[in-house]
Amino acid sequence: MMDQLPALQVMLPMTMAPLIVLIRNPKWSWLLATLATGAACLVSCLLLMQVIDGSVIRYAIGGWEAPTGIEFYIDRANAGVALLVTGVSFVTLIYAYHSIQHGIDSSRHYLFYTGWLLCTTGLIGMVITGDAFNVFVFLEISSLSTYMLVAFGSDRRALVASFRYLVIGSIGASFILLGIGFLYAATGTLNMVDLAMRIPTTESPRAVLVAFSFLTVGVMIKAAVFPLHGWLLSAYHHAPIAVTAFLAGTATKVSLYILVRMFFSVFGEAYSFEQLFLNWVLLPAAIAGFLTMSLVAIYQTDLRRMLAYSSVAQIGYIIAGISLATQQGLTAAVVHMFNHGMVKAALFMAVGCILYRVGHTHIPSLQRLISRMPFTVTAFIIAGLGLIGVPLTVGFVSKFSLIQALMERGWWAAAVLILVSSVMATAYVGRVIYLLLFRESRSETAGMTGVNEAPLLMLAPLYALLALSVYFGVFGSQTLRLAAGAAQTLLGGYQ
Amino acid sequence: MKIYPRQHHRVLQVITRLMVPFVLMFGLYVQFHGDYGPGGGFQAGVIFASAFILYGLIFGLHRTRKVLPPSTLRWLVSFGVLLYAGTGLLTMLLGGNLLDYDVLASNPLSGQHWGIFAVELGVGITVTSVMISLFYGFASKR
Repeated sequence: MMDQLPALQVMLPMTMAPLIVLIRNPKWSWLLATLATGAACLVSCLLLMQVIDGSVIRYAIGGWEAPTGIEFYIDRANAGVALLVTGVSFVTLIYAYHSIQHGIDSSRHYLFYTGWLLCTTGLIGMVITGDAFNVFVFLEISSLSTYMLVAFGSDRRALVASFRYLVIGSIGASFILLGIGFLYAATGTLNMVDLAMRIPTTESPRAVLVAFSFLTVGVMIKAAVFPLHGWLLSAYHHAPIAVTAFLAGTATKVSLYILVRMFFSVFGEAYSFEQLFLNWVLLPAAIAGFLTMSLVAIYQTDLRRMLAYSSVAQIGYIIAGISLATQQGLTAAVVHMFNHGMVKAALFMAVGCILYRVGHTHIPSLQRLISRMPFTVTAFIIAGLGLIGVPLTVGFVSKFSLIQALMERGWWAAAVLILVSSVMATAYVGRVIYLLLFRESRSETAGMTGVNEAPLLMLAPLYALLALSVYFGVFGSQTLRLAAGAAQTLLGGYQ
Repeated sequence: MKIYPRQHHRVLQVITRLMVPFVLMFGLYVQFHGDYGPGGGFQAGVIFASAFILYGLIFGLHRTRKVLPPSTLRWLVSFGVLLYAGTGLLTMLLGGNLLDYDVLASNPLSGQHWGIFAVELGVGITVTSVMISLFYGFASKR
């Protein structure tokens, strides 16, 4: 059974999704969905342990060996991402039980969980597949279910946000499909290992260049890299908060993984960075991204929107790490993908607890919330410190390694700008923490009577995720070693 | 979309009554002859659903709903996916890889035959019911 694990990871949530539609009971749907994602999480743990020494698992679907058939390709670079996806999905799904009671009619809960499972299926599939077209198929599965999940938001604006995401996301998906089409025309294969072998010797380098451009722009739209991030803000703001926590931890990270896989493994570092000077596109976008988005975040009055802007800024850090194209830079990028995924999911979960009890996330009216919801506010503060990058938190581990990598390459200005952006992060997170702890004026605390602590089923997953992030903050060398292995695998290309 | 359940579309009604069985038959042909000729679950599903949509356009939504209630459709949509996924899981239980049909029967050739049959049937059922659900969704005025 051990050699069936790669397929099982995708099939568990995928089989459970239609079963839930048949059952239709809200409680049972939640239970089954949680069990399926929990089992998938366990499977990805086992897979990560198998490949952590640098070995590769290749699983031929239907018994057709690659490059004839479709394969799942699992190595150090993507086993960790798969674990992040299943882990965050599992934790936020437990959390979702209470948090979706508001705003979603209980007769439609089963649809919510079905969408959630399909989204998880798509994201895992995108990560572990070794076939370029299969990436697109799984991308569509995850995107379509994401549009549905976003539209579940209690606010009517969620529909507009979902539609906007649908339009922009479909443009991104079509770009990706066009890119894959050009690659197929130029090389005659869709298997990623095979593509990596055939691209350097192709007879039509122009088609490869077109494919590269389409794929880069398409995946960057999906990953919400700075100038292409328009869909993310309203989608994160208006989606049900459990969905936002889930997406913030997984969806953009998966797209970033696809980006990295494409640049380094499929096209190769020499092609992307030495021949095409990709870092001259990526680094300015990254710097402009984290500077402007951090600045805009300071002026937000809504907690969810502030965190959404902060997400785009954090993606900027990851892109900066990728643009270095060195072992250190890629390590920093990969480790920040994990750390930020955990921290941002935890932050949105804490905000969800506030939303659940208080009913809104308007920052100025949340004064001295700590007297009402001590555990939630403590959780928000711990996660917030992780977002800023205070020593002994995960944010510090990844930002420190990123700045180190930039200095090693001699890009001092970029390193200084990251520090500037961190100061801005201190400003926007610190302002909220100050307001949650202290009272500024007496007038604006009306409507807080009767507000008490969030239910245990929401706090427990939140604190589990926090404990994990604190652990990886204190013992940062563990994730760094894992990320260094991933970076080494990516830079080395396919064997 | 305006649906006309009126008597003065007699010609259309008679023609539709004549057409529907043939469309259904052709759908089934594309579905089950897909192993040997052009066809398959997706195309067959669309053709099969078009018979119901034609019937709905001519005789009205409420009569089509009597034939195929939305609750049945929802059941069928997920049943098709389950049939597909179930075939995949079955091949894994029998010791093959995911969707490796060789293990489904005593010899690989008939195993492949049955595997494709089940998977394409799942696709056909899901596509048919999704198409009709879409039609219901757009045509109902709720």
